[in-house]
Amino acid sequence: MSILVIAEHDNHTLKSATLNTVTAALAINSDVSVLVAGSNCQSVVDSAAKISGVTKVLVADNAVYGHHLAENMLPLIVELAAGKSHLLAAATTTGKNIMPGVAALLNVAQISEIVAVESADVFERPIYAGNAVAKVQSFDEIKVLTVRTTAFEEAELSGAASIEIVSTVHNSGKSLFISEAVVESERPELTAAKVIISGGRGMANGENFSLLESVADKLGAAVGASRAAVDAGFVSNDMQVGQTGKIVAPDLYIAVGISGAIQHLAGMKDSKVIVAINKDEEAPIFSIADYGLVADLFDVVPELADSL
Amino acid sequence: MKVLVTVKRVIDYNVKVRVKADKSGVDLNNVKMSMNPFCEIAVEEGIRLKEAGIATEVVAVSVGPKACQEQLRTALALGADRAIQVEAEQGLESLNVAKLLAKIVEIEAPSLVILGKQAIDTDNNQTGQMLAALTGMAQGTFASNIEINGEKALVTREVDGGLETLELAMPIIATTDLRLNEPRYASLPNIMKAKRKPLEVKTADELGVSIKEHTKIISVAPPTERKAGVKVADVAELVDKLRNEAKVI
Ligand SMILES: Cc1cc2nc3c(=O)[nH]c(=O)nc-3n(C[C@H](O)[C@H](O)[C@H](O)COP(=O)(O)OP(=O)(O)OC[C@H]3O[C@@H](n4cnc5c(N)ncnc54)[C@H](O)[C@@H]3O)c2cc1C
Ligand SMILES: Nc1ncnc2c1ncn2[C@@H]1O[C@H](COP(=O)(O)O)[C@@H](O)[C@H]1O
Repeated sequence: MSILVIAEHDNHTLKSATLNTVTAALAINSDVSVLVAGSNCQSVVDSAAKISGVTKVLVADNAVYGHHLAENMLPLIVELAAGKSHLLAAATTTGKNIMPGVAALLNVAQISEIVAVESADVFERPIYAGNAVAKVQSFDEIKVLTVRTTAFEEAELSGAASIEIVSTVHNSGKSLFISEAVVESERPELTAAKVIISGGRGMANGENFSLLESVADKLGAAVGASRAAVDAGFVSNDMQVGQTGKIVAPDLYIAVGISGAIQHLAGMKDSKVIVAINKDEEAPIFSIADYGLVADLFDVVPELADSL
Repeated sequence: MKVLVTVKRVIDYNVKVRVKADKSGVDLNNVKMSMNPFCEIAVEEGIRLKEAGIATEVVAVSVGPKACQEQLRTALALGADRAIQVEAEQGLESLNVAKLLAKIVEIEAPSLVILGKQAIDTDNNQTGQMLAALTGMAQGTFASNIEINGEKALVTREVDGGLETLELAMPIIATTDLRLNEPRYASLPNIMKAKRKPLEVKTADELGVSIKEHTKIISVAPPTERKAGVKVADVAELVDKLRNEAKVI
């Protein structure tokens, strides 16, 4: 058995999602390599080589891989899949964009968002917005998996992997990166934050999210949102937590003005401690909250910020 | 320009899901079934392109047993011109669905195929990407905006960091994210009219696709339940609990 993990990065920094994915890979077998495909991504390669348990880092450093366009990444990964038993990537928007196509070209299934490894061919994954957990067996020679990062610890950074250059260049010419609107923030990334405070429709507008920011400043927290808050234009899409947004599992999740629809719960119910602040004592969010405060958020959130 | 939209019949998103006692799956008996919400967005996008004079025909496709004709009729009532059901058993794996859809794409030769980004039953998020790989078409997944300019399309994608815009050479595959559009409801007269729109049935055999089992679901279990905790009286009590009981701040 030999496993290839596709690294998640932005050409400068190796994303911690890669570390969770390596942990999932090591739960399958100890022969784990990591592919860093990008453009001018040496700093990422340096970090990847330090991941404990990784034996080899494959490096495909070329402009065509800079934005991880599926059309260029697919043939590269398919080529490197020869002799591999498992291909893993984090279930991020990048991993989800690329891995199913890799699987299709290899004529194998993809098993999405695994949360547990039972054996080399049996995995657990949530279905129906996390309302059921399926145990799935693969019959394929190569298993293509995406990994729910919150279900696996981060691998440590005390290794020293060897480095191998991959020089093939695949440029389909069918897709071109035009622009991105990346939301810059000093705050931790939602999927890696220890504390998250999220706002919903109850926040009433985007400006009021500054109330959550004051709490987040005190706690070093990330700020998230429900779909309703994103749809209403209060905040940007990268903040959506839920079945179809980001899956988070911080030590502390504070839901403010969020009712607790199953699609929202799907994204945060594995948090260690959940706090709900809602003026409706019947709100379903209270049925999963460790601490519930029935109150008007505009009264209690400023008070919370002051008392931290 | 022809647009193909895909429609999956799934458990309605409002239904409380119950796992069967024998752990063989989820109980779908007498449960309300609907069009996957992301497919509603796909159908809506196709219809809007037609209304804008960019698309000339919108064809809806579903892979599944006869019951999925109900969702195809909904697509027709919403404004699709015709429908194709590819007959298959319930719960076909995404790769098999993608192979069947690839054959339909070969036959219909659409300029644009719009799928949902994710089916809310399997939560797979695979089929569109697989279809792109199998057909060699460029992909714009998790789209929040699709702009067709002749031979090229600009697709804006919802990614973890924010938004990303790609230029893709037509024909393309797009998958819908939540903010692409707000789907309309079908009107009663259109529901009546939809009954007379053409709905063609094809089989995997006719399409020359052999269905292969790549994975097997061994068991389906309910998730570990979270217990409701306590209500706190005020902010002071909350902060105290978080500091001294939960020890998370
Ligand atoms: C296909 C699909 C995918 C979806 N994916 C997601 C997803 O990924 N993430 C997600 O979050 N949702 C998702 N949803 C939407 C989900 O079903 C709910 O509509 C959404 O989560 C509701 O957001 P909300 O709780 O902010 O709004 P509401 O349900 O409107 O709740 C607002 C809450 O705020 C409270 N409130 C109002 N004012 C105050 C105040 N002053 N003080 C205190 N409390 C107040 C109210 O009591 C209420 O409980 C999805 C839906 C579908 C169909
Ligand atoms: N059986 C099916 N019939 C028609 N379309 C499907 C089917 N399965 C998946 N799709 C399409 O692919 C999208 C993503 O599904 P999935 O990859 O299963 O999460 C769905 O939103 C549909 O548009």
